[in-house]
Amino acid sequence: MSTQKSERLLNLLIMLLVQRHFVPKERIRTLLYADSSTDAFEKMFERDKEELRSLGVPIEVGQMDAYFEDEPGYRIRPDEFALPDIDLEPDEAAIIGLATKVWEHARLAEATTDVVRKLTALGVPVDVSALDIVQPRLSADEPTFDVFFEAVQERSAVEFDYVRSGQSEVTSRRLHPWGVARYSGRWYVVGHDLERGAERVFRLSRVQGSARKVGPPGAYDVPPGTVVGEVARRLAPAPSSQRAVILARAGAGVPLRRDADEITSGVVGPDDRTEWDRLVTNRSSTGLADELLGYGADVYVEEPATLREAVIQRLSGVGGPAGGAA
Amino acid sequence: MSPTVPGAKDQVARLLTLVPFLHTHGQVRIDEAARALGVDEEQLVKDLMVLLMCGLPGGYPDDLIDVDLDALEAGVIRVSNADYLARPLRLTPTEASAIIVALRALRNGAKDETREVVDRALSKLEAAAAEGSAATQIDPGLNAADADQALLAVRLRGAVDRQRQVRLTYYVPARDEESERIVDPHRLLTHRGLTYLDAWCHSAEAPRLFRLDRVAEAVVLDTPVSVPDATARDLGDSLFTSSSDTTPVTLRLQPQAHWVTDYYSVDDIRAQDDGSLEVDLQVADERWLTRLLLRLAPYAEVIAPASYGDAFTAAAQDALRLYR
Repeated sequence: MSTQKSERLLNLLIMLLVQRHFVPKERIRTLLYADSSTDAFEKMFERDKEELRSLGVPIEVGQMDAYFEDEPGYRIRPDEFALPDIDLEPDEAAIIGLATKVWEHARLAEATTDVVRKLTALGVPVDVSALDIVQPRLSADEPTFDVFFEAVQERSAVEFDYVRSGQSEVTSRRLHPWGVARYSGRWYVVGHDLERGAERVFRLSRVQGSARKVGPPGAYDVPPGTVVGEVARRLAPAPSSQRAVILARAGAGVPLRRDADEITSGVVGPDDRTEWDRLVTNRSSTGLADELLGYGADVYVEEPATLREAVIQRLSGVGGPAGGAA
Repeated sequence: MSPTVPGAKDQVARLLTLVPFLHTHGQVRIDEAARALGVDEEQLVKDLMVLLMCGLPGGYPDDLIDVDLDALEAGVIRVSNADYLARPLRLTPTEASAIIVALRALRNGAKDETREVVDRALSKLEAAAAEGSAATQIDPGLNAADADQALLAVRLRGAVDRQRQVRLTYYVPARDEESERIVDPHRLLTHRGLTYLDAWCHSAEAPRLFRLDRVAEAVVLDTPVSVPDATARDLGDSLFTSSSDTTPVTLRLQPQAHWVTDYYSVDDIRAQDDGSLEVDLQVADERWLTRLLLRLAPYAEVIAPASYGDAFTAAAQDALRLYR
């Protein structure tokens, strides 16, 4: 690591931060890059500004005043540089601590930890040590996730190869990505497809090889009012959520009741051993038959017919030859 | 994301957090600062050496940031003459997006009371974020985080630390019923991706493990625990399986039911020629087994003991009769 470079970056930052006016480029050169040739100075200064900006330091470019004509000057406004005061209630601090445990993605998990460090530096305590019990579940294993995430931040076009569901042909795509959305456990990118001239959604796990940002940042605007998750849900294959009508004996099926949209008590049931209640649920059909089967004779499926048949079929198989024909 | 010399850039980033941290906290021990900021102690001292060479433009000794080297020798950091770096840098677009998306993931699918907390935290952080965060363009969807359970874990951890009793409303799947009980919480622990409260149950008058995802409600009481955590329990697999009152059971599992061996603790697995598995496990509660087998129907059967197999077949026929 170049300690000298760290010093130069930090000195540049301090110089631009403490001046109320734009600092002329020539003065910056004299004070910080005195030993460098003009070429070397130009190169180094460009790169140093870029690196500070990539840390989030807002370096402003402006004209000094008429006196200096076209020589540019630079400054950092303290109010744009500094994190404003934040007061967190204990429960808010707890939930922000939890947020550092959400991402199962090394770089973004680290970014949330950096947020907490900044809050700590501000004197806002967020205790994250007690939270090792929480399991991160927001994963982003798709190798191209980072590229799309960055491209969305920067508004850069992205090029990639793609295979559509159920097809083997690889097509190359150019996209202005509007956003990424997670839906049924998978990440999708939504945007304007430059070849097709229309909005499109792509599943990241179907992107072949690597995705590349092309062209400059700020290349396009996201259409106002775009809700990325809605576009993804509209264009992506239909979800497997299913409306089901289930009868449960009074007091039975406690977890089902917790999820139910509607509960009607005292309905006519398949037998008179107990009272029955009618529950209407709307949820993923995955595993629903398994769960309902677990309640045995305490629940009864009314609708849909496919679910009802599946339950009857599976119960009929019990005691059959080696687990039935299914 | 410039590929050039990340070392210097990262060092500047650390310093931009370290200096305000010291400004807020006054003099701080090296190990404390290192822990709070997640930096290696040796690195932290190196970072401070850079600070010595930085300051106001002008080049007079008074312009430079002052790091008290004598104090540093004694393990204490004391920095002065750096008031212009008293505040940390605004959140970067990536930091803002990462934390805001994480918070929204916590919000989705949470109870109203949790949502309200998340919303307050979100509005405060959004105000602090740099312009250009694309957080609204990243949608974490549903089921990406379980805030209710996480907050429950935090509350129960607090009860453990303060040694307070807890009134639990707990769902017992084997009986498909919720019941209320007073417990003395001893610790939280995680096993195979599930979080448990290890506690003394005053209803059972015995130590019990409670799965957090089955806790319907938990009220931390003012009363102190009455049964101390005397037994340092072995936190290995044994805690979750064999007790003296279990019955050894042998099942045959078709491929559709093989997941059982990943999910529950089993004593032995024997692969069969037809692709099924014969599995031995310890069962503490026959009702639990019957529910599991119904759930797996018809892909699991009982080899032994026969009475358990009969009970399961009867339960399946009972259920089937509803449709006839």
